[in-house]
Amino acid sequence: MDAALLLLADSRLPAGGHAHSGGAEQAVRAGAITGTEDLARFLRGRLATTGLVTAALSAAACHLAVLLGSHGEDGGRPWTEPSAAAAAESETDARAAWRELDAEADARTASPAQRYAARTQGRLLLRSGRRIWPSPVLDTLAQAVPDGVHHPIALGAVAAAAGCSRHDAAMAAAYTSITGPATAAVRLLGLDPVVVHRVLAGLVPDLSGVARTATAAASGTVEAGVAARGTAAEAVLRIAWEELPAHAAPALDLLAEQHLRTEVRLFVS
Amino acid sequence: MGVTTGGTTEVTPVQAIGAAPVRGGTGRRALFARAAVATALSGGRTVLDTLRSAPPLTLRQTGPGTVHLVATAAGPLGGDDLGLSIDVAPGTVLTIASVASTLVLPGPEESAESVLVVDARVGAGATLVYAPEPTVLAAGCAHRMVVRLTLEEGASVSWREEIVFGRHGERPGRCHARFDTTAGGVPLLRQEFVVGDPAVDASPAVYGDARCVGTTLLAGPAFGTPPGEAVISAGCAVLPLAGQGTLVSALAPDAPTLRARLTWGETQILPA
Repeated sequence: MDAALLLLADSRLPAGGHAHSGGAEQAVRAGAITGTEDLARFLRGRLATTGLVTAALSAAACHLAVLLGSHGEDGGRPWTEPSAAAAAESETDARAAWRELDAEADARTASPAQRYAARTQGRLLLRSGRRIWPSPVLDTLAQAVPDGVHHPIALGAVAAAAGCSRHDAAMAAAYTSITGPATAAVRLLGLDPVVVHRVLAGLVPDLSGVARTATAAASGTVEAGVAARGTAAEAVLRIAWEELPAHAAPALDLLAEQHLRTEVRLFVS
Repeated sequence: MGVTTGGTTEVTPVQAIGAAPVRGGTGRRALFARAAVATALSGGRTVLDTLRSAPPLTLRQTGPGTVHLVATAAGPLGGDDLGLSIDVAPGTVLTIASVASTLVLPGPEESAESVLVVDARVGAGATLVYAPEPTVLAAGCAHRMVVRLTLEEGASVSWREEIVFGRHGERPGRCHARFDTTAGGVPLLRQEFVVGDPAVDASPAVYGDARCVGTTLLAGPAFGTPPGEAVISAGCAVLPLAGQGTLVSALAPDAPTLRARLTWGETQILPA
């Protein structure tokens, strides 16, 4: 684990994450979460579905950022030619690769409310991340998806810029997929924060498992893509992102849409 | 293959090509089966170019451009390896339905999974309605469902899937379903449903207290325009996708309620 992971996963990172409850606020309103036992079930399900998908997307984005960032540092391969034309072409390819991964996140997010929340959070994280860990790869990502990239993709790219590994990126995504809703539930229901942290501690084995599974899925996907193609520039455009996990959480979709239609809200999502 | 539609005297040949027992055990043996249906355009009308059954997947033509899946053996059972290929040629129209729900059962070997892979291609300007009866997960089953749906430019699809968590009062076995849809080479919808881990199934984030989950994917010009924003009612959300299409997603305590919710959601799409 890289120490930068602690900064990245810290709720005090100024990237707007505290404004989102990940469906917890609506679940509380609907009576689906009334105490710590319901909350534990909510978080376990969220981690096994959205948590796994976002962790895999984050690991994939981290991997992609490292591949794209290796331009010019990896002499001897054809795509590292330093000519202006080649640089422009590789920049175009890099943007296309980011948009492809972003489209995979879209295809895994059926709910418009959830897509909106993911893009809002992604835009804020990328904005902060570019100032904290400046990197040409993050600039390319921001230009590729100017309206805001899905949050896990921003997270993975920023993780790469911060020097974190794919596994770190997956862990950060999995972790924030449950800590945000847990904190929100403390505020909404006035739960004992220590008891809620005990719930989170109980989910540590699940967190590790999800991060491991997500990293393996992302690595396998990228490595198969690279191995099958001649150059990284070609490879990043043809990575079989479809093989990444796509676990759906129909109740979260419903909660997200109901939440958007609720007038008095403490959280954005 | 010469199975045409529209003729009242038509008799549908049913061929059991490719169906072969692969493993012994108690009850019936595990089956390897590859069934296929393909349409073609003939004189401006849809004809069935291929209609190949492979028990337990038996296909019967029940009307012009309409095929029913008829179960000719119990199951799927653990160990079964089943495949259905659907090819809707450009400009043709095909409806696939089934006469009864599919009851997924454990096989003679407890650990053996049953697998059903459905590969469907919908050609340019073609329309596919896929509306089988629900898949019911009996206790102890271990089922894997894979749907790969490829839509070419201007293709239309209405694709319904319903999964019921066990018969009445029954705790379901395990199921892992994956649906992948691409439209014009771009991913439109990718979803996996996992059933059978009680800690996750009952999560208020996943299925809550529902006993069934279902979706209908509607895409393409034949099924009108997606609503401008999501529409919701009890247990049902009509979700405009990022690409050109709409997902009706529903949870329900029982299969009739699930169907009613999906049907309600489907009517929220503005007509073509």
